[in-house]
Amino acid sequence: MESSELNAPGYEIPPEIKGQIAITSLDRIYNWGRSASVWPMMFGLACCAIEMICAAASRYDLARFGMEIMRPSPRQSDLMIVSGTVTKKMIPTIVRLYNQMPEPKYVLAMGACASGGGPFKEGYNVVSGVDRYIPVDVYVPGCPPTPQALLNGLMKVQEKIRGESIKHSRWYQKGPDMAEIPIPMLGPDLIDPRKVDLIKNSEKA
Amino acid sequence: MAAPLSSQTQELTSRFSNLINADTRPGYSGWLLDKTHLLEFATALRDEFGYDYLSSVTGVDYLPEGKMEIVYQAYRTTGGPGVMFKVQVPRTDPVEVPSLVPIYPGAELQEREAWDLLGIKFTGHPDLRRIFMWEGFAGFPLRKDWHEPYYEEDVKPFKNRWPTGKIVMSESNNSYNDNIAYPKGFNPESQSFNPEKALYDALRIYQKNEVGLDTDHIIVNLGPQHPSTHGVFRVAVMLDGETIVNLKPVMGYLHRNHEKIGERNTYIMNMPYTDRLDYLTSMSNNFGYALAVEKLMGIKPPERADYIRVMMAEMTRISNHLFLIGSLLNDLGAYFTPMLYALEERELILDIFEAVAGSRMMCNFFRFGGIARDLPDGTLKKIKEIFFERFPRKIDEIDRFLSENEIIRSRGVGQGILTPENAVRYSATGPLLRASGIPYDVRRAEPYSIYDRFEFDVCTRKNGDIYDRLMVRFDEIRQSIRIIQQAAKQIPEGPIMTVKPMYQVRVPPGEAYGRVEGPKGELGFYIVSDGKPNPWRYHVRAPSFINLTAFGPMCIGQKIADVVGVLGSIDIVLGEVDR
Repeated sequence: MESSELNAPGYEIPPEIKGQIAITSLDRIYNWGRSASVWPMMFGLACCAIEMICAAASRYDLARFGMEIMRPSPRQSDLMIVSGTVTKKMIPTIVRLYNQMPEPKYVLAMGACASGGGPFKEGYNVVSGVDRYIPVDVYVPGCPPTPQALLNGLMKVQEKIRGESIKHSRWYQKGPDMAEIPIPMLGPDLIDPRKVDLIKNSEKA
Repeated sequence: MAAPLSSQTQELTSRFSNLINADTRPGYSGWLLDKTHLLEFATALRDEFGYDYLSSVTGVDYLPEGKMEIVYQAYRTTGGPGVMFKVQVPRTDPVEVPSLVPIYPGAELQEREAWDLLGIKFTGHPDLRRIFMWEGFAGFPLRKDWHEPYYEEDVKPFKNRWPTGKIVMSESNNSYNDNIAYPKGFNPESQSFNPEKALYDALRIYQKNEVGLDTDHIIVNLGPQHPSTHGVFRVAVMLDGETIVNLKPVMGYLHRNHEKIGERNTYIMNMPYTDRLDYLTSMSNNFGYALAVEKLMGIKPPERADYIRVMMAEMTRISNHLFLIGSLLNDLGAYFTPMLYALEERELILDIFEAVAGSRMMCNFFRFGGIARDLPDGTLKKIKEIFFERFPRKIDEIDRFLSENEIIRSRGVGQGILTPENAVRYSATGPLLRASGIPYDVRRAEPYSIYDRFEFDVCTRKNGDIYDRLMVRFDEIRQSIRIIQQAAKQIPEGPIMTVKPMYQVRVPPGEAYGRVEGPKGELGFYIVSDGKPNPWRYHVRAPSFINLTAFGPMCIGQKIADVVGVLGSIDIVLGEVDR
C-alpha cells in the first residue's frame, strides 16, 4: 500500500512532517500489516505442492507478497494452502491441523482435487473437496494451477483480509470461540462425527 | 521382455519339466506353476539361474474364471530378458499363496499391496498388514466385484454422460451425498477399534540389544505432515536413545486409487492419469505406459517421434534430479538456497515442456504410436541452446558449490549405507541401486525405444551412502545431457504418428509388461487386456514405492536425524508411492 493511500483525506498534515506522519483508520493499517505478512503453512499434499514450491522459488518469488515464510507448524501459520488431493486417510490430520491453527486463519484450496475431488473424485479413498470438512476462503482452479494462478489466489486472500474489520471480525467478538471441527474417524469407511445420526438412520431405513 | 526365448525355454523346461507349464493363452507369455512349487521354483531361479532381482509382484482378479493370478517378474542384474511366472489360485476366501519374502525380500511391500487391494493372503509374510488403506477398511478395492461409493458403471465412458452430454453429479446417487459407503447394519457409535494398533504392534517386534543398560525404547512419528518427508509420508520409528532400532514406513495418505480408476478408464484416458503418478516426471510415466500399450497393440512410433520421446524423457530426468538435489540439500540443512539454484534451471526445462505439450507439469504428451504434436518452431533451437551451452556449465557450477561442502560430506559420507547385496535383495532400482555399485540400467540392460543408438555411461558409485546417491544424480544429469545433445543432432524430419490419432484404440487380448528407466528407477506397467476398450488389469510398478523396501534396513542403527537424509536420498514422490 502506498503511503498516500494510508493518508486519509480531510485531515491537514503540516507539510514539514508529512513524510513522518500518516493518518488512517485502525482497520486499514492493521489489515495492511496482516495482509502483507501472511505465513502459509508448509504442508504439501500432492502435485500442486510442487507448483507451490515453484511459486516460492526463484522465478515467481512469493516473497514479493510477504509470504515467503512458510511455517511447518500450524501454531505459527495464518493460511493453510491445501495443495493437492485430500484422501480419506489424510483428512483427520488436515482437520486436526486446521483446529490447531490460531485465529484468524484462512484456507486456500489449491487445484481441482482440493476444490472438489478433481480427476480422482471417483476414487474410493478420495474426499470430494476439502470444503466438506473445513471452510475454504479461496479456490484456485487448475490441475495443477500454475504458480501465477496460485499468486493470484494468494492476492485474493490478501484482498479478503483487507476487507475485514476489527469491529465485525468474529475472533474479536465476545462470546464463545468458534467450535472446533470434529475430527473424522476411520472405520469401514470415513466417518464424519457430524453425520453419525444420518448414518445410523439410513441403516435402519 | 518376458516372452520366453528359446534358450530360456530350454533351460527352464529341462530343469523344471514337471513343475511349470508355458502360459498358452493367446497374447500371454511366461510360465504357470502351482503354488506348492512356488518357493522351490523361486529359490532355484535365484540361485541356479541368476534371476536375482524380483522386479514386480502383483495380482490379477479373473472374476469370470473364478481365479486369482499372482504375477511375478524376475530379472538378472547382469541384464537381458526376464522371466514372468504366475501362480493361479481359486478365488475363494481366503486366497492364499506362499510369500516370496524369504527368497526375495524386495517383495515385502508389494505383497502387502496385493493383500491390501486384492485380498491375496501371503502365508509366511513377516508383516502382512494393509498398506494403503487403513486397518479395518471394508473390502478389497481392486477386486472386480467390489464397487466404490461413486460407482456408476464398470467402464467408461459412462452412458449417462456420453453421448447425451447430461451431467450427473456423482454425489446425487449416494445416500449420504458423499463419497462414503458402509456395510449393512453398521453403527458408527459402536466403533471402538484403533486402526493404528497393528502398526505399533509391528513396530515392537525387533532385535533387542542385550548388552548395556536396559533402557526404555520410545516410538516417534514423523509425518504425515512433516516438512522433510516430501509430501504426506509417515515414518514410525522405535528409538533407543537417538538410535533407530526399528522403522516402519506408513503410506497411503495420497492413495488416489490410480489402478481402480485406470481399470474403468479407456486406454487413452489413462494417459493424463499417468502424469499424476510421479508428478515430477510426467513425460517418463507417459513413456512407460505408451510402451506397454504399444507392445500389446503391436505398433511402433515413427523415427522422429522416438527421438522427441527420448529427448523429453531425458529432460524429465534432469529436471527430476535437479529437484532432488535441491530438496535433499534442504533436508541436510542447507535450507532453501540450493533449491533456488536448482529450480532456476528446472524452470527452463518446464518452459520447453510448456511450449511442446502445453503444460508445465502434467504434459500428457505421448500417444499410442507416436506423440501428441510435433515440436513447435524454434523449440529445437532453444533445446540446443540450453543443452549445449547453459546446462553443462550450470551443472558444474552447482556441483562445485555443493559437493565438497564439509557439512554435506559429514552428513552424507558413510551414512545410510546400502550394500550391493542388499540393494539387489530389496529390489532397489535406479540411482539407489547404481549408487551401491551395481551397473543396472534398463536403458542398457534391455534397451527400449531407440536407446541402443546413443552413447552414454551407466553411472555408478561405490559406497552406497547418502553422498554417493547425491553424486550419482550429478553423473546422470551429465549423461542425460549427452543423450539430448546426440538426439538433437540426429533428429530426422518426418511424421510423428504411425496411426491416425483416435479417441479409442483397439487393443487385442493379452498381457504386456512395459518398463522404462524412469528417473527414480524401473517404472513398469503391467496391463492385461480382454479386447475391450478398457484394460482388465492395470498395474504400475512404481520405483519409489519399491525402493522404500530398503528404507527400514538402511536406517536401522543410524541416528534419528539421518532418517530425513536417507529418505531424501531415496527420492520418493508420494503420488507414485501411494498411487
